Formats: sequence, structure tokens, C-alpha cells
Amino acid sequence: MTVGGGLFLYKWLALGVPLRADNAIQAWTVEARIRFTAQPDKPIKVRLAVPLRPPGFGLLDETFVSSGYGLSTAVRDGDREALWSLRRGRGQQELYYQAVVYPARESTRPASRPQRVEPPQFSDAQAVVVAGLVGQIRAHSADIATFTAQTLIRLAARDNSDINLLLAGDSSAERRAVVAAGILATAGIAARPEYGFLLHKEGQRLPLLTRLEVHDGEHWLSFDPLTGLPGRPDGFLVWSRGAPPLRDSDGVRHLRLEFSATENTYEALTAARQRAAERGSRALQFSLLSLPVQMQMVYRVVLTMPLGALIIVLLRNVVGIKAFGTFAPILIALAFRETRLLNGLLLFVGIVAMGLAARFYLERLKLLLVPRLASVLTVVVLMMAALSVLTYQLGIGAGLSVALFPMVILTMTIERMSVGWEEAGPSEALQQAAGSLFAAVLAYLVMTNRQVQHLLFMFPELLLIVLAMTLALGRYTGYRLTELRRFRAFAP
Amino acid sequence: MIPGPWRRARALRERGVLGINQRNGDFIARVNPRRLYPLVDDKVRSKTLAQAAGIQVPPLYGVIAIQHQVLTLPKLLEGREDFVVKPVNGSGGNGVLVIVSQRKGRYRKASGAQLTQDELEHHVSNTLSGLYSLGGQPDAAMIEYRVHVDPVFEPISYQGVPDLRTVVYRGYPVLAMVRLPTAQSDGKANLHQGAIGAGIDVGSGITGRGVWRNEVVDEHLDTGHPVSGVQVPQWDTLLELAARCYDISGLGYLGVDFVLDRDFGPMMLEMNARPGLNIQIANQTGLLPRLATVDAHGRSGASVAERVAFAKERFGRT
Repeated sequence: MTVGGGLFLYKWLALGVPLRADNAIQAWTVEARIRFTAQPDKPIKVRLAVPLRPPGFGLLDETFVSSGYGLSTAVRDGDREALWSLRRGRGQQELYYQAVVYPARESTRPASRPQRVEPPQFSDAQAVVVAGLVGQIRAHSADIATFTAQTLIRLAARDNSDINLLLAGDSSAERRAVVAAGILATAGIAARPEYGFLLHKEGQRLPLLTRLEVHDGEHWLSFDPLTGLPGRPDGFLVWSRGAPPLRDSDGVRHLRLEFSATENTYEALTAARQRAAERGSRALQFSLLSLPVQMQMVYRVVLTMPLGALIIVLLRNVVGIKAFGTFAPILIALAFRETRLLNGLLLFVGIVAMGLAARFYLERLKLLLVPRLASVLTVVVLMMAALSVLTYQLGIGAGLSVALFPMVILTMTIERMSVGWEEAGPSEALQQAAGSLFAAVLAYLVMTNRQVQHLLFMFPELLLIVLAMTLALGRYTGYRLTELRRFRAFAP
Repeated sequence: MIPGPWRRARALRERGVLGINQRNGDFIARVNPRRLYPLVDDKVRSKTLAQAAGIQVPPLYGVIAIQHQVLTLPKLLEGREDFVVKPVNGSGGNGVLVIVSQRKGRYRKASGAQLTQDELEHHVSNTLSGLYSLGGQPDAAMIEYRVHVDPVFEPISYQGVPDLRTVVYRGYPVLAMVRLPTAQSDGKANLHQGAIGAGIDVGSGITGRGVWRNEVVDEHLDTGHPVSGVQVPQWDTLLELAARCYDISGLGYLGVDFVLDRDFGPMMLEMNARPGLNIQIANQTGLLPRLATVDAHGRSGASVAERVAFAKERFGRT
């Protein structure tokens, strides 16, 4: 109890694991897909820039999909590059990189200034123009920010032969950013184009956008190369700096690089997990979140089962309702998860009623117990199949989910109900059936509660508390609620 | 609404009513060692045990343990006018079949309903496959002597034999009742099947008012005779026999069922390691004060006679 409670409080208060299930954040999965044809008998090398601490975003997760390739990543000049390599490749090849990013409030970007400002490679004619421009701009600007803005405004001028010479007929944002970076470098200012995407809507073939990044001595500032306006727009994910993402390739032909983005809802807990990783806390590292997603889904359900069992304990030992089987109600509740409550109830009652009818007919054949159970099971399966087909033909999709009921549980329920029916009378049998259903519905309501699932999944140690409560109930020797009724002759 | 249950729980507590959780947790778990359960759950074993100790039991005609033996049923029943078929590991009277007469391969139940040979065999097969056993395990069927009602109980029982249930706590008989079959209980003496339970004064052996399905009744539903004020014959002997069942079974919290046979007197039917709590309703008395008395004043080495004397003195109705 103490261990469970303590761990729970630590995770909640210190690591900020959210208590509520709806603490969701919007996250984006950005995928880079490289497709190419391998050149025969040549080693393959592909170098791709991948995001490193993109400003305004947190990197939640990343995946490299590249079967058979050697993969290494390296950080160069504040940019990260992934290098795929393969000795021999044949035919079409595909490489994937996936990054899951979420908008982060504070950007903890180190304002590292590149060591040297490399003088750009301009032709003689261009160099003259640049020198002239630098002189003019310097006269019209006050600091690095205004210098940059002036540079970009001048590059936007139309029908100016000097500018046309510099841009070489290409007035795209990328060209302007590259040229502006060159002009700024000539003036001794560190500048570089930055490449990235605007994450506003999902899409395939995400257009790669270019912006200009300038170092003002303390921070990197971002400018729109077309308008010269400073400030990075919200949702702009910086993918690479200095050069376009695809850095280098060898031994490949027809290389195509495409980006796509999808929006996902991640619970805020993933961010908390990130925080825990940064702090080096093991409490979350060894949590269920480290499991593959499919396993996580399984555990989401499995972890609520002890709680369902606790409810059964409560209902049986404290309330004192009668039910078939000990844990049959939990299994029925699990089936309800898939069928939804109302459909589940209707289907369950329908199948059990029809099964009972079949069972009463079988009674006349005087079968032995096990063959009789097997026959009832067969009848139940047939009825389920028939019901599925029938409801599907009628266009009621809900009927299909009948297949999710645990057949053996249904069979045992039918058998015990019919025996109870004969021995203790219909009212007793119906009472027990109603008790089972009531327990199942209650367990279902608790087990499928999103909040409950979230809490148990994030804080499995709460199960220790559940265990403690179960143990305590195991020593509950008070009256059951139904006993108050049973012994009412004693207390007027 | 909320204070209602609390008030009632307190009232029950004051009357010393034992609840099922407390019975299981504080008494059965404490004084009934699990390993002894088979002794009482298996009726053939408890029969042998009782016989060895000199306690009368209904004679056993035969046991059918495997399906193949069902074929020997006619031979086993040859010349037996009446008999009882029971599951060896049954509980709560389920699966008990009482045959009062047979003629030309047809068996008549106490109710007058007739069974064919086939139906009887089917009943035995069901028993073997565990339909009536505790937990549904495969079981055996036993066929034994049918007890004949003692004249004392004839007016207040319907088509069956009343049985005398005594709760014995650590060797001391603490509470007793007689269970009277009714038409509804189909000649069986189980309260939940509709039999009437009437408390018996431990001191004198005289019956009190009856309870039928949680209702207090003064007359037998079918015969109309008063159920209270009946002196149970050989009461002292019955108490002693019940107390001795503690010694042979070793179970500290025990329900013992006896029947009075017209010709042979008291016979032990079965012992129960988890006796029901309805005996409290039949007696309008809670078990807890009596159990506490035994815990406080009972001696573990006391003889049967001492224990019966103690019970009659402490638990008698002055």
C-alpha cells in the first residue's frame, strides 16, 4: 500500500505524469521517404539531415526504417546527419525516417555561433555587386536584424539587373536565402538558410520551405526570405540548416525524397516520459510505455481486470449478490467492451435465453454431463453464427460483435442456470442470472472508464493498493447487505 | 436511507447473529482444517467413520463409482422395496432421490411420481458426472437404507423424513433445529428447497416456532399440525451423538444431521463443514453469544457427557 502510494505520488508530483486521461497534446509524425534504384555492383551511401532540437518543438520519438542498411548518425556544425550505407543493393530501395514532434513551450536552443564565417563563392561580377550592396545596406541599417531585413528587401526588388545577376534568374525563396546568406557572410555576419516544413495540416508530399537564419551575436534569428519579416511562424519545423536535407548520395539513381506529415494525439504523459528520461529517472523508463504499442493496448485492458475482480469481491462478500461463477462476470464485462453495453446486454440475454431453450430440449434426451455441455456449446456457437449472419443481412452491424462473447462462459452459464432452474426454481435461477449481469455491467462501467484505464496504465503501482483493499476485504467479517434482509426477522 | 442498513446491522450485531463472512473468516477458517474436509464431504467415508465409532448410520446398500456399474443397478436393487440414491460428495440435498417403493421396474418417489429404470439410471449417471457434487467434480452415487419416520414427527412432516441439525462448536452442541419436509421441498429436508425449520431448545429438546422461507410459521403448511411444543425423543442421546461427531471428525465448527428411525432410533445422516446460518432464524437466536460462551468457558479436554451437560445448562431455555 505504502509502496504503491509512494510510487504513485512520486510519478505524479515529481515527474508530472498526468492524472487525467484527457491531457492530450497535438503531435506530428513527419516522415521522410527516400526511394531510389540501386546501381549494380556499387556500394550505396545516402546521407540525410535529420532534425536536432528543432526550435519550438520537442522530439518525442524517432524511427529509422532501413532493413539491411548500416546506419550511423553524426552531428556536424549543429546539424545532425544520418548515413545509410550498403555494400551491394539491387533494384528499388526505400529508406524511411520518422520523427514524432510536439510543440514545446520553451525552446532550450543553445545559441552556438559557428566558429568561422565562410566567405561565399561569388563570381567576380557578383562580388562587385555584393560589395556595393553591403555598403548601401550598412548605411541603411542599425543592427544585424535590420541589416538582414534590408538585404532581403533588396533581393526582392524586381527588374534590377544587379539583383538578377546575383539570383541568376531564380527568385525562389531558397535561392534568395542562399544569396542573402552569402551577402551577410561577406559582411562578416553568420547566416545560413534553414529548411523545414509548416506543420498546419496533414499531407503527403510536404513542400520543403526555406528560411534564412542569422546569428545576431546571441541568438539565431529567423527571417522570411521573400518578405524580410523576422520571426519564425508557429508550426514551422526546422529540419536542417545550411544545406537541404539530402546531403549526399552514392551508387544510386533516380533518387526521390518525399516528406509527409500526420497529426496524432499523444497524451501528455509521453512528454512527461521525455522529462523523466532527461532526468535519468528509472521510474518511467521501466514503465509499460516502453512496450510495443500493441502490447500496451493489451495491458490497458489487462490492468483493469484486478479492479473488476475487486468489484466482484465487493458485490459478493459485502453486498452478497448471487452470481454464476466467480469471475464469469468479468469475462462478460470484457466482452461488453467490444460489443458496447446495450448491444452486449441484448445479445447476452438473447443467446442465454435461446441456449436455455435448447438446453431444456436436450434435457429430454438424458445426456451425460460432458457430452451435454459439448452439445450446448455447439448450439451456442451455431446460434452466434446465425445471429451474426442475420443481423448483418438486416444491416445491423452490432450483431456481428456477438462473436466476441466467451462461448465457454456462455455455455457454463446456460448449464448452471438450467440446473438451478430445475433444482431451486426459476426465480432463484433468474435472480442469479440477474446478479451475474448486474456484476458484469458494473465491472464493465468501471473497467472501461477512460480515466480509470489511464490511471491504472500510468500508475500500475495502484494495483498494489487494489491488492491491499482486496486483502482487507478478505478479512471482512461484517454482515453482507443481503443478510440484513435475510435475518430481518431478528431486527424489526 | 443510509442509516437504515447501519441500524439494522447494529440490531443484528446486538442479537449476536453470525453472518456468512464471519462464519467463513472467523470460525470455519480458524477451527476447521482444510485437510479434514474430505472426511465429511465424502459421505461414504463419514459413514464408515461414524460406524467405527459406534454411531448408527443408515446401512449402505452399494456405491456406484463408474458408469459401467450403472448396469448392475437392477441387481443391487433387487428385493429392496425402498431406498435412497445420493451423491457421495453432494451438498444441500441436491441430487438426493428417495424411492419409497418399486414395482415391475418402475420406481415410485415419495411424491407419488414414477421413474422408469432408464430415468433412474440417468439420474445415477448425472451424479457420476458431477452434476450434484461440490464444485462439479466427478462423483459417485451411493444407495442406502431409506429411513422411516418416527411417529412423533409424522404429523408434521410431508412425504419425507425430518432431520435434526445440530451445530457443534468445538465439541459443544450450541444450536439445534428440526427440518420438516413439505410438499414444496419434495420430501427433502433442506430449508432452501422449501422445508420448514423449527428451532429446538438445547436444554429440553422441545421444538419452538417454525420458519418457512424467512417467514415465521406455527403450523405445518401441508398437514396443519402445530410445529412447536414437540418433544424430540431421545434428546440426550442425540446431543451426545452430535458431540461425539466432533471427536470423530476433528472439525471445530460442524453441522451434524441426524434422523430418527421408527425402528432403529437415531442415525447419523451426514456431517457438514460449512453448515448454513438459517438455524439462527429457526431458533430466533444468534450464534455469536453461544460461540463466545464456548470460547470463554469450554475446556478442550472435556468428555462428551461434560460437554452435553454444559450445553444443556448454558444454552437451555431455563
